Amino acid sequence: MSAHATPATRALALMVLVLSAGLFLVPLLWMLSSSLKPDYAIFAVPPQLIPIPPRWENYPEALTFVPFGRYTLNTLLISAVTITGHLLSCTVIAYAFARLRAPGRDTLFLVLLATMMLPYPVTMVPLYMLFLSLGWINTILPLSVPAFFGSPLYIFLMRQFFLTLPLDLEDAARIDGANTLQLIGRVLVPLALPALATVAILTFQTSWNDFLAPLIYLQKPDTYTITLGLQFFRTSYTTSWAYLMAASLVTMLPIVVVFLLAQRLFIDGIALSGLKG
Amino acid sequence: MARMSAARREAITFFLCIAPWLVGVFVFVLGPTLASFASSFTRWDLLSPPRFVGLRNYERMLEDPLFWQSLRVTALYTLLYVPTELAGGLALAVLMNQRVPGIALFRTIFYLPSVISGVAFVVVWMWIFHPEAGLLNAALALVGVNGPRWLTDPRTALVALWMMSLWGLGRTAVIFLAGLKGIPKELHEAAVIDGAGVWSVFRHVTVPLLTPTIFFNLVLSLIATFQTFTSAFVATNGGPLDSTLFYVLYLYRQAFERFSMGYAAALAWVLFVIIMALTLLVVRSAERWVYYEGARR
Repeated sequence: MSAHATPATRALALMVLVLSAGLFLVPLLWMLSSSLKPDYAIFAVPPQLIPIPPRWENYPEALTFVPFGRYTLNTLLISAVTITGHLLSCTVIAYAFARLRAPGRDTLFLVLLATMMLPYPVTMVPLYMLFLSLGWINTILPLSVPAFFGSPLYIFLMRQFFLTLPLDLEDAARIDGANTLQLIGRVLVPLALPALATVAILTFQTSWNDFLAPLIYLQKPDTYTITLGLQFFRTSYTTSWAYLMAASLVTMLPIVVVFLLAQRLFIDGIALSGLKG
Repeated sequence: MARMSAARREAITFFLCIAPWLVGVFVFVLGPTLASFASSFTRWDLLSPPRFVGLRNYERMLEDPLFWQSLRVTALYTLLYVPTELAGGLALAVLMNQRVPGIALFRTIFYLPSVISGVAFVVVWMWIFHPEAGLLNAALALVGVNGPRWLTDPRTALVALWMMSLWGLGRTAVIFLAGLKGIPKELHEAAVIDGAGVWSVFRHVTVPLLTPTIFFNLVLSLIATFQTFTSAFVATNGGPLDSTLFYVLYLYRQAFERFSMGYAAALAWVLFVIIMALTLLVVRSAERWVYYEGARR
């Protein structure tokens, strides 16, 4: 369509794009503006769009009201361990599904795909019992250890990627006498960096935003992740909207920065995991 | 040790490589799934050992008005959200596919909200929906409309959650965008040469070729929407008057607030069966409306 677009339709498309981009940005801008208002201005009718003067103190005040630094560290630790787990396990498992022949391989791959369909609530209660009996409640273990056993979505994504790589390099390494792990580490990993980065970023996004699992497994305030911290900050009766907006924006910041730095990879990664189904 | 054949050695390497996944599937997926099924026939409060009660939990559901309410809320929301998500996502993808200056920036803006998801995402919208000081009612006031109380009115709360979720449309749109990029240009050009208009090309060329992507998004969206939790938990906590009591929220309450583990497991299994049935229905219908280009050759 666009290949044949006349200047008029192109201008129309640009106009629609600008309008809809505005719609998508308004909530964030409104949030930013609210986060810089003093309390008396926040309920002003009609709302003041640009706070003059901006009240920057809202940020340090909101962030020291509850230990957001602690929550951030907890979340970063969970994310880092989970990313490590996914990268190690999914690479090896995906390699096997992509390259090695064995009886039952295709059936097992179907089982892998089927586990993606299983609703989380089905395993939620028994998993809680399992981790409770292991004494893992209020630790990061229930949220990070399963990552070392692979995740179907990322195994699938990496397998699709490995299938696109030429076989020659692997054959050469085999002839040089490399074993499977050396082969994966020296030949495939350097080639698969975009796919690995996609898995790392998607894992980061998921564990940074995860809410239900931390809500179940983390009950002591000093173990809270940033989403839990924000939720309890929100429900505390002294919270002001300006503080809440400031805290929420800070919560979003790392994920938005990572996204902006790696957006091509991010969007392509989603498309890759999504399309080849 | 006898010499192994190459094929045999390859098979052993395969199973060694996937061993972590196999262990994980038994420990974190199949085991808990069976345990959940077994405990759905028990009464279990975590304090005393589970007691077998037969089908009592399933019978209880039939008489539980909140179970029916949560099912109704979830079904209604799914009916509202899934079609709009697909149509909106496709429309957005068409926009993202335009060749205009700065398109990368536009794509970033459209996709941005979907990376935020979670509590912060919901909190922004709670403030937008604020009846007195919120942006939405301020905008409505400009055109002389007295806005509703959104999240605190049982008639509008579910609609508000729907509008909120549409902010995350970028994720669906990106998958559609990849699908659009996969359509060979020659097909569009041929249709245009034949004198077809823009809408007609979209309707008769683009949409049919995109049906595999539509199918994929439909299945994903159905499964995800039926498990809506965070937005309802954070924004309304199921209220007002249970008008946003989503199924998984009700399940969570039974398990972790009332400690009715057996009943929660039964609720989870009913959810599982519903989701499986809906997915199968979509998959079965696919042969009638999904068009695979490869199948034609």
